Formats: sequence, structure tokens, C-alpha cells
Amino acid sequence: MDASQLRARIEAAFPGSYVEVRDLTGGGDHFEALVVSDQFEGRSLVERHQLVYQALGDAMRESIHALTLKTLTFAQYKNRTDRR
Amino acid sequence: MESEVFERIRAAIASDRIVIFMKGTRNFPMCGFSAATVQVFEQLGVPFTTVDVLADPELREAIKQFSNWPTIPQVYVDGKFVGGCDIVRELYESGELQELVKGSASK
Repeated sequence: MDASQLRARIEAAFPGSYVEVRDLTGGGDHFEALVVSDQFEGRSLVERHQLVYQALGDAMRESIHALTLKTLTFAQYKNRTDRR
Repeated sequence: MESEVFERIRAAIASDRIVIFMKGTRNFPMCGFSAATVQVFEQLGVPFTTVDVLADPELREAIKQFSNWPTIPQVYVDGKFVGGCDIVRELYESGELQELVKGSASK
């Protein structure tokens, strides 16, 4: 799996989301992802990450060794970019 | 068989206020994410217990089902699943982890 495939997979599971994915090693198994979606509204960090893991299904157990996740709602994302 | 290993997981979680399921040990972590997680709790200066999943392949698989979480490390505070490395770091940066740990210390 490469970064764009991973990104497409997450975007498909979270319609209307904004997703950034980086392949940390170039090896296709250590990724970093930012997922911005209003589906995260009112959910804990554990629940948010579980939603992303669910969307990735078997890939999470088989081809992805590590996925560093940042999960934000659009309101949180806007706050974060405003402060920069 | 599954319930036996789940029983062991429950016992491990109940053995201390803060329990980290990790790859390797506190002094010799075998993975960068496990090392980073231990480091956060060492910075907090609180007592915690670690469980080396590499020493127990059955537990290593079972903990993923138990927590509904596909990766290691996994952190439990007061019997409640807190998350993995990213969440622990995020909660530490926002100050929430300090509150959570303080709450557990006063019990």
C-alpha cells in the first residue's frame, strides 16, 4: 500500500473529510495520517482512532505496521491552522 | 482458551493503576512507539507496570481483540483503555494525561 492508496481508503470511509498521508520510511508500511472529519464530533480519541482502524480493516493487521494518527473535527482543524 | 487469555489480560490490567502493554520492557523497549509511551509516563514520574507482549505471543494477539485496538503499545489507567502512543502523547501535551493520572493517584 502506498500513501495515496491509504489516503483514498480513508477518504472513502469518511465522506467530506480532509486527509493527509505521509509514508514515513518510503517502505509502504509506516505512515502518518491527519484525518479531519465531522464524524469525529462528540467522540473520544479512542473512538476516533477506532473508526479509522475499522475503515482500514485487514490492511491494518497485514500491510501497515505503524500508523501515527491525528484526528480532528473541522472546527478543531480551523483552530489549529488559525493559531499558526 | 480465549477466555483464559482474556482473564490474564484482566488480571494484568487490575495489577496496577497504570498498565502499559508494550514490545519489550521498560528498560529495553523493542519498538520506538513503546519507548515513547514509557518515556511519557517516566516524565510524569508516576509508578506504572509494563507487560511485554513479545514474551507472550498469545497475549500479543488477544490484547488487540480485547481492546478493539490493532496496535501495540496499549495503555490502561484505572482499568480503562486510554489509547496507544499517539493518544498518550496528545493527552500529555494538552495536560489531560496529568489530570487522569492525578485522579488515579488520589484513589
